[in-house]
Amino acid sequence: MAGSQRIYKARIKSTQSLKKMFRAQELIAASRIGRARDRVSLAAPYSRAITRAVSAVATHSNVTHPFLVERADTSRVAVLLIASDRGMAGAYSASVIRETERLIERLEREGKTVALYVSGRRAETYYTFRGRELAGSWTGSSDAPSTDVAGEIADTLLDAFRAPADAGGIAEVHVVYTQFVNMVTQRPRVIRLLPLEVVEGVAPADESDTLPLYEFEPEPAVVLDALLPRYVRSRIYASLLQAAASELAARQRAMHTATENAEDLIRMYTRLANQARQGEITQEISEIVSGADALASAS
Amino acid sequence: MADIEVDLVAADGKVWSGTAQRIIAPAGDGEMGILAGHTPVLTVLKPGEIRVLPAGGGEVMRWQVEGGFLSFDSNQATVVVDSVVSGGRSSAASGH
Repeated sequence: MAGSQRIYKARIKSTQSLKKMFRAQELIAASRIGRARDRVSLAAPYSRAITRAVSAVATHSNVTHPFLVERADTSRVAVLLIASDRGMAGAYSASVIRETERLIERLEREGKTVALYVSGRRAETYYTFRGRELAGSWTGSSDAPSTDVAGEIADTLLDAFRAPADAGGIAEVHVVYTQFVNMVTQRPRVIRLLPLEVVEGVAPADESDTLPLYEFEPEPAVVLDALLPRYVRSRIYASLLQAAASELAARQRAMHTATENAEDLIRMYTRLANQARQGEITQEISEIVSGADALASAS
Repeated sequence: MADIEVDLVAADGKVWSGTAQRIIAPAGDGEMGILAGHTPVLTVLKPGEIRVLPAGGGEVMRWQVEGGFLSFDSNQATVVVDSVVSGGRSSAASGH
């Protein structure tokens, strides 16, 4: 009987130290999420300006650009998966990976070959463990992405998109990331980044949204050539930022639940430990009483 | 004379916004000066220096930028740059 009491005590202790860890993770995530959301809103003016400029060029000139045209010479397509570097974020990585799997399955059913690019260590280990070849991976900054990382990812994808078919060129780029809706809701989303669907997803501008008749310097084609890579980079950066905010929100919620569960466990084990102690005392008393009885009847 | 509303934005945030009398930017074909009432223009920027003369006088503000683009219409200028290398308020000694 004394054994079970000791076991409960040990469990209470280990659960308490786990609880401390969960609590710390929760607080860390909570303190970072504000900054992550700030970054999302800081990047908004840039992407708004660039989207407006791209639609201006696209509507007022007849130039085409390789990024706007469907490629028919290859069936290779790229999928960029944005997940987290670390776990302890509930189903965050799992659900975005599941979404990616669904997308890959659909693309393969359409007869396409998928080249997979991933960002985030969780996604990388998921696929390397399953022996799937990755065309590229970036890790180390999933909860605070920088413009440099976004630029690197964009350059890699754009290079692949520009490459000829026999040099591993790709015909489409899809991005799977988690959209930050609010603190409780984060939704995995799939977007097709390339070829670009211009004026797609452009937020209806607040003012009278007639784009002015711009003069292009030096000429529309050159302007477009300078704008589109930046546009792609800003879209990728925005996705990374959304994913980072979602990751932190998911982690905060998961760790909050974990803390509460740990508290429940501690309460339960304390009750069991008390019961065991009570049982032990009762047993001891009855042993003493029966021992005394035996002595009394013997004399 | 009317002033220009200027927004200078980089990928990771707004750098400066306010009203200005004149903007000088390193456009693709050479430096371009913009005053209020300029025709709508969308131009690529080369690496170089952006100078903004704030409304109501004062010191010229300068930023070294790594390229980007500038769009201007109805006295609203948006300068979008990849990154600002250095800049802010210039020293008085450098004049303009």
